[in-house]
Amino acid sequence: MTISRIIEILDAHLLTEHADCSREVHTACGSDMMSDVLAYVKDQAVLLTGLNNPQVVRTADMMDMVCIVFVRGKKPDAMLISLAEARGIAVMTTDKTMFTACGLLYSQGLQGGVN
Amino acid sequence: MPDCIYLHYTVPGDDFTRAGEASADLKLRLKKLGIPPEAVRKVSIALYEGEINLAIHAHGGEIDVQITDDAVCMTLSDQGPGIADIPLAMSEGYSTAPDEVRSLGFGAGMGLPNMKKYSDEFDIQSTVGVGTTIKMAVHVD
Repeated sequence: MTISRIIEILDAHLLTEHADCSREVHTACGSDMMSDVLAYVKDQAVLLTGLNNPQVVRTADMMDMVCIVFVRGKKPDAMLISLAEARGIAVMTTDKTMFTACGLLYSQGLQGGVN
Repeated sequence: MPDCIYLHYTVPGDDFTRAGEASADLKLRLKKLGIPPEAVRKVSIALYEGEINLAIHAHGGEIDVQITDDAVCMTLSDQGPGIADIPLAMSEGYSTAPDEVRSLGFGAGMGLPNMKKYSDEFDIQSTVGVGTTIKMAVHVD
């Protein structure tokens, strides 16, 4: 599934204007606990989270994740977006809740990425 | 690549938002050196968890990195409160982190287990009231 398709499915708003939305995402992870993300996520993934701080981008970067979705309409600040741009990570926000956002992506074929 | 590359980082203890800068820098350097992606990933995750621990529990600390053809070796040292029961601290889910840290997405009791999980060699020495030293190595195949 491409990042562009995720934007469509979640009716999301892209915040990193230079992101390559043609990149493929193979798996997804929904969590507010970054330690869990670091423990279990594998493969080229999208992170869905309600947590809004720079460590979200740091965690995604360490895991080679390609996309972050902020749920419940959360909007990260300019510093976080700049950090993500520098790492080549696409960032978007959706008004959908975590449960709904994960459910929509799962129903469209995206799988969990635990190892 | 030179026979051995040494790097040093200082992790501030008073600014949680900066935790991860050393890991991010090291990750970029390892990529440029042509270290295999899986080894880079293991180093990045192990060191990042270590940085978070230094910032959360130890009021900051020091990181020394040694890169050779065979391995990336990392030593994290601090002068924090120390760990009274290391086996307990190494168990998944055990954490002494305050609620404030949990609200930032950490403190789930996975830091030390993750560091061990992603390292090929792992050693921890700690003395209460003196500090903690962790040595990790990731082999480069």
